[in-house]
Amino acid sequence: MTMTVSSPKTNTSIDSDIPFHSSDAVKKFKMVAENVTIHYGSTIGVKNITMKFPEKSVTALIGPSGCGKTTFLRCLNRMHDMTKNAKVEGKVMLDDIDLYDKSIDPIYHRRKVGMVFQKPNPFPTMSIYDNVVAGLKLNGVRDKKILDEIVEDSLKMAYLWDEVKDDLKKSAIELSGGQQQRLCIARALAIQPEVLLMDEPASALDPIATQKIEETITELKKEYTIIIVTHNMQQAVRVSDYTGFMYLGELIEFRETKKLFTDPKNELTAKYVQGQFG
Amino acid sequence: MTTNERRQEYRTLFKQNVKNRLLVDKAVRIIVFACVIIAIIPLGSILVEVFKNGISAISYEFLTATPGSIGSGKGGIGPAIQGTLIIIGLSSLIGVPIGVMSGIYLSEYGDNKLARFIRFFNDVFMEFPSIVLGIFAFLVIVLILGHFSVWAGAFALSLIMFPIVARTTEESLKMVPITYREAGIALGLKKWVITFRIVISAAKSGMITGILLSVSRIGGETAPLIMTILGSSQFFSSMDVPMDALPLRIWRLSLLPYDSAQLQGWGSALVLIIIILGINLGVRYYFANKTGNGIMGRLIKQGVSNKK
Repeated sequence: MTMTVSSPKTNTSIDSDIPFHSSDAVKKFKMVAENVTIHYGSTIGVKNITMKFPEKSVTALIGPSGCGKTTFLRCLNRMHDMTKNAKVEGKVMLDDIDLYDKSIDPIYHRRKVGMVFQKPNPFPTMSIYDNVVAGLKLNGVRDKKILDEIVEDSLKMAYLWDEVKDDLKKSAIELSGGQQQRLCIARALAIQPEVLLMDEPASALDPIATQKIEETITELKKEYTIIIVTHNMQQAVRVSDYTGFMYLGELIEFRETKKLFTDPKNELTAKYVQGQFG
Repeated sequence: MTTNERRQEYRTLFKQNVKNRLLVDKAVRIIVFACVIIAIIPLGSILVEVFKNGISAISYEFLTATPGSIGSGKGGIGPAIQGTLIIIGLSSLIGVPIGVMSGIYLSEYGDNKLARFIRFFNDVFMEFPSIVLGIFAFLVIVLILGHFSVWAGAFALSLIMFPIVARTTEESLKMVPITYREAGIALGLKKWVITFRIVISAAKSGMITGILLSVSRIGGETAPLIMTILGSSQFFSSMDVPMDALPLRIWRLSLLPYDSAQLQGWGSALVLIIIILGINLGVRYYFANKTGNGIMGRLIKQGVSNKK
């Protein structure tokens, strides 16, 4: 079955009735993407997206495969720097700093923005302990006491501590897939970021591991600004406060999660959340 | 939609084929196995032959003494063993670092025209006849300095070595999934830290295999040594005079018309094989233990966890 969809309107990007537009409801915007367009060679991956991410909340990005969710997420950490042919236009503000400003060293700012990838990717030659502190140790932190502290803290935040505390010297690849992903979350948290980007962190995991990751996210939101890409609409409903729906590289609708799912303004969003296409 | 009858037809098609397909499966297995055997027979028989003929030449004197007078059957290959170890060590000291660094450049920074050119040139270089490299070393070092020298030999052999090391290093680094590099970037690590601390440690075993391959290759090279270190019957005394090496000694002994010399030649060949095998096993054993995957490493790990 095929469906023809008329070109989505772009001026609906941010709904006027979302709470953080009335100044009292929203505490603060941690990250703001302004007019971001991303090209891969001659193809356009993301078209002119403007999006504000409130502090200490979870924002989900949903949309069908190939809609540019991951592409957009990666630009928030300047991960496109290493992709040949990729070109990012627009501004990404982290607090008051434009990450794409020419005078900015992306390495310094990536430490403020942690990232968790779709597939668990712990460093295979390192132990659990070394994986968690990789970002610190390889950046020159040597104090054993501080490292120990951070390992325990990060693993506890990622809900992995109880399962591995006696085996910290074990190789990271001996863990199960779900444990590896939580290890990657701990590794991302260990560099003490302010924002956490998650690219479908649970897509390779079974329901129980997924549930654990979701619990972790809910817990982490008390201290971090989290932006999560997900294929799973139920997951977006469960973990996120705000949801953006993307389609063909554009942001179609961006509102409080509850409102987006119960009372979508855009016809396309409505069809997508009702499962009529995807 | 296809009808049910039509589907039934599809299924019978499959069934008819089963017998044939099983036969082909079996045939492929037999052919593959037969080819392995065919390949192993000459290799195995060389080993057996060398061992059989060479073992009786081996003695303490043979391994340590300088060669006796031609045809006497006395003396040994001490200088040749020493020279081979020196020349392998020296060539590796020059060839391995340059090769590894070039491999890193090609893999991690090599997405440009210059690198593509270097890669092509490197592949051509790898297939160069070794005697050409020997002549080159002869021209640029021996002729200019005016005498045969150990340096010239090490230079010629490292020229053979580094394209092999560069290529295998590049290939092993490329095998490391990009996701590890991405994880490193997301942690705010600098590129060289990611390359040296994460990518290389994941690619280590492939890189070591490449280095060992190149060591084995130069260990057996004869032609470039004729043009550079020439051969000698004395122990090593200086970098600026001729030196002996096992391949040279084997070659010279094999040309002599005496049975005793032939026997010493077999013995030298056996010693060379054992040295190369020893280096291979030794290095692998060392690294397997260091990374904790070898027998020793596991024992050490157990010891540590027991103490806790």
